[in-house]
This record gives sequence, structure tokens and C-alpha cells, in this order.
Amino acid sequence: MPTILSDTWTVFSRAMLLSVRQPLWVAIGILQPILYLTLFGPLLERVASVPGFPPGDAWVVFVPGLLVQLGIFGGLFVGFGIIAEWRAGVIDRMMVTPASRVALISGRVLRDVVVLVVQAIILTGCAYFFGLRVPIWAVLIGLVLIAMLGAAFSYISYAVGLMTKSEDAFAPLVNTVALPVLLLSGILLPMSLAPAWLQVLSAINPFKHIVDALRAIFRGEVLSPVVALGLVLAIALIALGAWFGNRVFAAQTK
Amino acid sequence: MDNDQPNVTADGQIMIETKGLSRIYKTRGKTVEAVRGVDFSVSSGEIVGFLGPNGAGKTTTLKMLTTLLTPTGGSARVAGFDLRKDPVGVRRAIGYVSQAGSTASEARAGEELVSHARFYGIDKHTATQRARDLLAALDLADIWERKCGLLSGGQRRRLDIVMGLIHQPKLVFLDEPSTGLDPQSRANLWTHIRKLRDEIGTTVFITTHYMDEADALSDRLLVIDKGEIVAEGTPSELKRRVSGDAITLTFRDDADARQAGDAAAKMPGAETPVVEGHLVRVHVPDGASALPALLAELARADITATGVEVKKPTLDDVFLSLTGRSLRD
Ligand SMILES: Nc1ncnc2c1ncn2[C@@H]1O[C@H](COP(=O)(O)OP(=O)(O)O)[C@@H](O)[C@H]1O
Ligand SMILES: [Mg+2]
Repeated sequence: MPTILSDTWTVFSRAMLLSVRQPLWVAIGILQPILYLTLFGPLLERVASVPGFPPGDAWVVFVPGLLVQLGIFGGLFVGFGIIAEWRAGVIDRMMVTPASRVALISGRVLRDVVVLVVQAIILTGCAYFFGLRVPIWAVLIGLVLIAMLGAAFSYISYAVGLMTKSEDAFAPLVNTVALPVLLLSGILLPMSLAPAWLQVLSAINPFKHIVDALRAIFRGEVLSPVVALGLVLAIALIALGAWFGNRVFAAQTK
Repeated sequence: MDNDQPNVTADGQIMIETKGLSRIYKTRGKTVEAVRGVDFSVSSGEIVGFLGPNGAGKTTTLKMLTTLLTPTGGSARVAGFDLRKDPVGVRRAIGYVSQAGSTASEARAGEELVSHARFYGIDKHTATQRARDLLAALDLADIWERKCGLLSGGQRRRLDIVMGLIHQPKLVFLDEPSTGLDPQSRANLWTHIRKLRDEIGTTVFITTHYMDEADALSDRLLVIDKGEIVAEGTPSELKRRVSGDAITLTFRDDADARQAGDAAAKMPGAETPVVEGHLVRVHVPDGASALPALLAELARADITATGVEVKKPTLDDVFLSLTGRSLRD
């Protein structure tokens, strides 16, 4: 079906234009990880020598965590935007056209992914100056992984935003999800430093495995089971997110 | 899909036909019967006003007819397509101007319009041309580069209307389009809506809770209250059918008034006159034509009226007599 593609493109380019005109939000999105790099990274360089710290230098451990964080949070908050659009009548206005429902959400997700990938490239470039040394192909695989993660969260966030249709209901939901995901994924400090019970808890968290996979990729291990698990999880997440997002969009007329 | 394009619009006859269309909302255990089985039809080229107070079920009906809301009961054909079987066919044929607006505050007006037109497969060049023409027609010629959020309420409302017309739909649904417009913009909008029908034969289905708007614009009215259609007809038909014209006659004395009351009662279609002192009040279907005959008959009996007043009923009177409540409530 070619209309689904052209509709996705129409939704994407409109959304992209709006984002480019609001560079402040993109800038704030990138500022946060850079603050982590400058203010938290040097601390980690010291910690890298303690027993239990995973292989690789501090930056190879730390930057994948920041990238995953960027992916999750870049996607997680987009739901606020769709609540505003819904309130302004934009969603109904698009739903009443013959446009593919899948395109209406996917075009927006695609915009979020592009913004995210640009932020991730800037972040990785900055990390290079702090001392990150990884092969370029590892960075490329990393970006694909982050893009999938961001897309999954973006789908889910749009879906939940449209289900709640209220910032007051959406905000606590997002925060409730975000905190445990962040704490149990070893994004900031590797979970190998954690006591056994915490390691068990974090093993249930799929994002921990995605962070581990990205760390392995950055160490140059592509064919390890850790990487395979991370990629499979990322694919599963994006499939789940897309399914859920499209379902909620289609159910808007219920 | 094309074989679902039926006789209806090919004949140029019926644009909308609903059968028992209904919608029940279920929220937190409460059920609201917003629309309770409405049956009506709209012919091609008609301007139909959907009149009712707030909460009557106008928006809900419109959302069902525009495929934004699945009916919980009944069925409808819109622009020749079955609402449930071929929503995409319906969407291609209709335009919808929602009560809630249509544009993002940060987006620029022209870009919103062109991107909207792309969903209908209209190329950029044609879309730009049409958008500029429509904007000019609605006095918005210079807003192309403006952010929608910076437009005045009335400008943004008219932009919504341009948005709903950009693909030249043969059927357009307008949900309270003149809310927030100043009197001049309203008059301008009405002119434009009439032109749409007169010049390109667009069928217009317009909801309103303003009786002057319903009166001025509609060929035919559907009056809805509490989810049910309570009356249907042209504005003048409705007014005539429901209360008729109120004639008030003043006489020199009570005796004349009593005699005049007896004469008035014999007018065709008259309700029983009310005689109060010097005054006679009576409702007749058509006051303007009944009055000369009555006055002539009184003159033969040597009775002269010292004052005469004929009051045309308003749609508010119609609504009042149908539901016992005023539209303005
Ligand atoms: N999403 C909804 N959930 C529950 N009740 C609703 C919803 N939308 C409308 N209603 C109720 O349905 C009735 C009809 O509403 P609506 O169609 O908006 O009326 P109108 O457009 O004539 O003002 C009202 O009682 C309204 O409160
Ligand atoms: Mg309404």
C-alpha cells in the first residue's frame, strides 16, 4: 500500500517541521546527557577500578547507559505532545481523512526517532572528546538499537497519552514507569556492582539487557549471546510498542 | 470499494440516511444515552440545520456520521457509503469541521492546510492554490505564514472551516461553526456556506444552538433534544406547525372584543381565542393572510380594531412548545 507510506511521510514532515521550529526542546534533550558526561563521567573513571566493574574503560561502560537513557526518555515523554494535539482537535482532524491510522502514529514516531538519533550522534561525538574509543560500526549498531528502543517507547507513550487524554493522569504514570526502569537497568552504574538480590531484580528488567548488549557492542563483541539477547529484546519491544500504539489509535473511534 | 458506490448518490438523491442510529457512552459504570435511535435523511444539495441545546447529542451524532465514533446501535449511509462497512469511502467524500478546532498552535496556517490536503492525495501545488483561494474567500488572505496560535478566535475558527473544505468534499459537516465569531464574520460565513451549495452543490449539515443561524441558513431543520429528533421541517413549516402566528387585537370596549373573539374563532385553523378586557389574542397558522379577512368581517359588523399586532413565532417558541424548555437554557 503506497498511501500508508505517503501518509506516514506527510505526518512525519509536518511533525519534523514543528520540531525543527522548536529547537529548544531538542537542545534540552541533548543537554541532559552532556551534563551527565561532564559532571558524572569523571566520577565513574575512578569507580572503574573497583572489583565487579565490568570490562572496558569507564566510557565504554558509561556511554551506552546514557544512550539507552536517551532512547527511553526521548520516547517516554512524547505522549504529552499528543495530548495537546488531541485537545487542539488535530488528531480528530487527521482521523477524519482517509489517511492510514498506522501512518498517523508512525509518522510521529518516526519524527521522534530522527530527533533521538541526532541527539545520540551528538552525545557520542561529545563522548569521543572525553576519551570514548569505539569502532564506527559499533556506534552504528548502537544507534540502530537506540532508535528501536526510542520507537518502542514513543509508540507506547502516544498510546498511553491518547488513552488518558489528560496530562494530570499521564504524568504520574510516566514517572512511575521511568524510575524503576532507570534504577534497575544499570544505566548509571553497572548492575554487576549490585548485591545479589538487586541483580536478580534487575535481571527481570529488559532494559538492563539492552544496556548490557550495547556495552558489549561498544567493547567490540558483536557475536556474543548478550548482544543477541539485547537485540531480540529490542525487536520484541518495538513490535509490542507498535502493536499497542496502533491498537489504541484504531480504538479511538470506539 | 467502487461497487459499494450505490445508486444513492448517483441518483443525486440521498446524501445521508440514518436508521436507528444511537450511541451510548459508558464511563465509570455510568451510561449516558447520548443519541437514542435517530432516523433522518438528507438529500444532495440541501443545507440541513441540526438544532438543539447543549448536550442534546449533536456532536455525538456528527462524530458517528464522520466515522470518528462507532455507533452502539443502528446504521447509516453517508455520501453513498455504509458507515460500518466502508468508513474510508465515507472519509474520502466528506469534510468535517469539529467543534474542538483543527490546528496546532505552533504550526503555521498555510503549512497545516497543505499537509492536510496531502491526506486526500492532493498534490502540493493544487493544495497551495486551493488553500490560498479559500483563505481569501473567508477573509484570511494574509495569514499564510502566521502561527495558528497567534490568530484571533474568529480567524482560527475560519481557518478550521477552510481546513474542512480544502479537498472540496461533496458533503460537509460543520459543528457549531460560528461559535466565537463576531456578527460580521458570522454573516460572512453564512454567505460562504450558501455559496458552497449554490455554486458547487455541496451538501451542508450544520449543527447549531443558535436559532437565528438555524433560521437564516437552513433549508430544513432537524430539532434534537435529549438524543431524540423531536421535529423536522423547514424553519417556516416548523414555526407554523407548532404555534402559528400570534395575533393580538385591541378594541374600544369589552363588548367589541367579545364579539371579535367569536369572529376570530371561525378563522380557518384558529385556536380558541383568548378575550381579556379590550384585548383578543388568537393563534392562526398564517396571520398575515388571515388578518385582512378577519378585519373585513369585523368592519361589516361595524367593529373597528384600534390596534393590531401579528407576531411571527421564533424557533425558540417552537422548541419551547416541543420540549417545555427554552433553547437558551
Ligand atoms: N466521551 C463522552 N463520554 C461520556 N459522555 C459523553 C461523551 N461525549 C458526550 N457525552 C454526553 O453525551 C451527551 C451529548 O453530548 P454532545 O453530543 O456533545 O451534545 P451537543 O453537541 O449537542 O452539545 C451529553 O450529555 C454529554 O455529556
Ligand atoms: Mg456539541
